[in-house]
Amino acid sequence: MKTKQRIYILSAALLILVLLYLLLGLNPFIWRYALSLRIPKTIALLLVASSIAFSSTVFQTLTNNRILTPSVLGLDSLYLFIQSLIVFLFGSSTLARLGENFNFILSVGLMVAFSLLLFQLLFKREERNIFFLLLVGLVMGTFFQSLSTFMQVLIDPNEFLVIQNRMFASFNNMNTEILWLALIISFLAVLFTLKDLKNLDILSLGRENAINLGVDYDFVVKKFLVLISILVSVSTALVGPITFLGLLVVNLARELLRTFRHKYLIVGAILIASIALTFGQLIAERLLNFSTPISIIINFIGGLYFIFLLLKESKI
Amino acid sequence: MIEVKSVVKQYGRKRVLDNVSLKIEKGKITSFIGPNGAGKSTLLSIISRLIGKDEGQVYLDGELVDGIDCNSFARKLSILRQSNHLNVRLTVRELVSFGRFPYSEGKLRAEDLDHIERALEYTQLKEEADKYLDELSGGQRQRAFIAMVIAQDTEYILLDEPLNNLDVKHSVEIMKILRRLVGELGKTVVIVMHDINFASCYSDYIVAFNKGQIVKEGNVEEIINKDVLEDVYDTNFVVQDIMNRRICFYY
Repeated sequence: MKTKQRIYILSAALLILVLLYLLLGLNPFIWRYALSLRIPKTIALLLVASSIAFSSTVFQTLTNNRILTPSVLGLDSLYLFIQSLIVFLFGSSTLARLGENFNFILSVGLMVAFSLLLFQLLFKREERNIFFLLLVGLVMGTFFQSLSTFMQVLIDPNEFLVIQNRMFASFNNMNTEILWLALIISFLAVLFTLKDLKNLDILSLGRENAINLGVDYDFVVKKFLVLISILVSVSTALVGPITFLGLLVVNLARELLRTFRHKYLIVGAILIASIALTFGQLIAERLLNFSTPISIIINFIGGLYFIFLLLKESKI
Repeated sequence: MIEVKSVVKQYGRKRVLDNVSLKIEKGKITSFIGPNGAGKSTLLSIISRLIGKDEGQVYLDGELVDGIDCNSFARKLSILRQSNHLNVRLTVRELVSFGRFPYSEGKLRAEDLDHIERALEYTQLKEEADKYLDELSGGQRQRAFIAMVIAQDTEYILLDEPLNNLDVKHSVEIMKILRRLVGELGKTVVIVMHDINFASCYSDYIVAFNKGQIVKEGNVEEIINKDVLEDVYDTNFVVQDIMNRRICFYY
């Protein structure tokens, strides 16, 4: 089958890139030290890529829309808002005392609570309207950003530096302290929805068809929204917001694999995202010598692709 | 039997369904007729649990539908809505395979494949089975969706304006398929129809709606007559018997 072949090719490409990233430029004197830096970074890259790809694929299926991603709905600005709020209310010293892991768990909890609220607002209504969803996303994204800015202006400049560090977190400045916790949480989250993954193909037929075919729509959508909010928290906590990566990789996976089956789509999107991030990091680190963060490259390419998609959709 | 007991549905202050009670018998084609906005499609959606109701109960074979779990419900009753726009690109066979989901949960067994083939045969889509839906004509597309419902193999089949946007030939084809489903397989079919003459020629039982209420129900002779129809549609009607069928002129 063509789809399977393409997935094998993608996997091979990813393997080569990862090996290149790990091994390029090693020499007998520094290999131990270099690997101790590179291995966690690679794991984090792959984790971020997987959570972005997975959450975006599922989100597009739930909303039956190809140009939406969790970040278009403002979920990652919500994460940053929560971070600002914590610093604003408790101060960075409390944050430091509680530790990164505690902060992460707190933020994930708030994100999940918020996504359940979102469900009540958006998915339970009987006539769902994609424009309404987009509008709400846009408004919320701006709202949370403005609130964050407002709080950042009020707080002590030293405290602000703490937040800023998170806002502009990039792959070179990764929050690796929480890597293992993030890995475990996202693994558990995926495990928790494993049984429902077979419903994704049905959900892509739309709400009515899904109900007709015996999917407990409200319950399953709620579960997936929890999964999405956890995965978005993971990727945003590790490297900060990368708005367009999800959009880019899910659509590339659709174009490349030409299938509606989510077991291929999700794997394909994860592979493409991992390839994009590993390759981008390789270029940014070794070729550009850290001069350009890869999130800028990704958002630039992603933005162009987004405009292309909008133009293409409007033609049909 | 489907039993609807004093169902009310409200959007804001407007009552779309106002205290509707109805019994739909097994093994028959029941048609819902009436002007736009009379509540026919809403009732269909409520029976099939696509939308909630504000008051009243719906029973399926004596069992309250709200209590039936989603999977068992999908094996008993299926619904096809009028707008069948899909965001995914599927072949006819893939679409029909989805009909087996309540039984197979995604992994098709030999028995499921049999059902799919039979549904394709029933709707004469064998040759088009591997074509994509967007390559088909409107009539073939509609047949493909009906094939999905047939593959779902439910006792009750609810269809919301299945003849919408179809030409005469394709409409007749679809009605004949539905007639066969009732006659040969003993299914119970409920259809929302706009074309009164199709309702007259193919139904066993007709329910006429207006303004959220049932105006009159009964067999074809009781409903397809001048007085009832003029009352329901608020238009002048001439009804005549042509080749043993009641045909209406309202043009």
